[in-house]
Amino acid sequence: MQFFGGTEISPSPPLPTASGNNGNMMYIFNRNGVCLLYREWNRPLKTLSSQQDHKLMFGLLFSLKSLTAKMDPTSAEKGNLGVPQLPGQGCSFHSFRTNTYKLSFMESPSGIKIILVTHPRTGDLRDSLKYIYNLYVEYVVKNPLYSPGTPIRSELFNKTVDQYVRGLG
Amino acid sequence: MAPAAPKSGDVIFASVDRVNAELFTLTYGAIVRQLITDLEEVEEVNKQLDQMGYNIGVRLVDEFLAKSSVSRCVDFRETADVIAKVGFKMFLGVTASVTNWDADGTTCSLILEDNPLVDFVELPDTCQGLHYCNILSGVVRGALEMVSMKTEVTWLRDMLRGDDVFELQVKLLKQVPEEYPYKDDE
Repeated sequence: MQFFGGTEISPSPPLPTASGNNGNMMYIFNRNGVCLLYREWNRPLKTLSSQQDHKLMFGLLFSLKSLTAKMDPTSAEKGNLGVPQLPGQGCSFHSFRTNTYKLSFMESPSGIKIILVTHPRTGDLRDSLKYIYNLYVEYVVKNPLYSPGTPIRSELFNKTVDQYVRGLG
Repeated sequence: MAPAAPKSGDVIFASVDRVNAELFTLTYGAIVRQLITDLEEVEEVNKQLDQMGYNIGVRLVDEFLAKSSVSRCVDFRETADVIAKVGFKMFLGVTASVTNWDADGTTCSLILEDNPLVDFVELPDTCQGLHYCNILSGVVRGALEMVSMKTEVTWLRDMLRGDDVFELQVKLLKQVPEEYPYKDDE
C-alpha cells in the first residue's frame, strides 16, 4: 500500500464502527481550486500523491460541469465548450454512480464545492451536502481565526463532519 | 428529495439567533469611535471601514447562501432584489428597496429608510466627511465578489448628513467567471 506523504489535511481516519462506515471520502474545494478539506474513512487503494489527487478531482468536476451544461437539451444558450461559466449557473450535475462507488457533488454560488464519495447504493445526498455546507458555515466561516482560502484545520469541524457522515444512509 | 425552496428574509430572520439591537449599535459605534481616534483622518477611517466590511462580506456570503438556499441569480436585477429583500432583512432586520436602475441594468440604488447602525448617532462638525455606515458598502462589495461580480459601491445619500434616506449605489463592473486554476502543463 502506498504511503500518502505530506498530507497534513487528512489525519488518520477514525476506526470503523460496528454498523460500518458508509462514507469513503470527502473533499471540499473553493472557487480557486484550493482543497480546503480532505477526509478519508475507507479508501484501500491510493495511487496518486495527495496534490495530484486533489488536482485530478477538481479538474474532473470542472470538466464534468462544463460538459453537462453544454449537453443540456433544455438550455437555449449556444456557448462553446470550454467557455468559463459562473458557479451555479446553468444546469449542474449532482452525482454520478459507478459499480463500486457513488460520487455526490454540490456547488454553492460562491464556488464552494463539496464532494462525497460513498457506496453505490446511497440515495440522493443533496440535502446531506447542504447540511455539510451549513456545518462549514458554522464551524469554519464564522471562525475569526480562519483565513478564507486556506485549508481547514478545525478539529471540531472534522469531528462533527465525521459523526454526521457516519450517521448517513 | 429535491433541495428546499429558498426562504424569505422574514422567515430566516425569525429563525436565527439574534443579538440585542442596542448592543449591536453601540458596539459598531465603539468601533468607529476607536478608528477615528487611531487614524484621525476621516478618509482613512472610511477606507478602513470599507476594508473591514469587505472581510465580513467575504465570509457572510457563505452564511447567506447556506441559510437562504437561493440559487444563482440569473441577472443583476435579481441579485439586487435578493440583496435588498433577503440579505438586508436577514442580517440587519430591515428591508431595503431597489430603485434608480440605469439603462443597461448594471447600476442601481438600494434605499434604506431604517438603519440600526445609526440609532442614537449624530455626526459632529469634525467628522463631516465620514461615511458612518461605510462598513455596509464593504460588505456588499465583498459578498458580490465571492459570487463572481466585481462591483463598485458608494453612498449617494446619507441620513447623518441631512438626507432623508440612506442610498447605496451598487454598480456592476464585470462578471468574472470561473477559470481553471491549474496550468495545463503541471
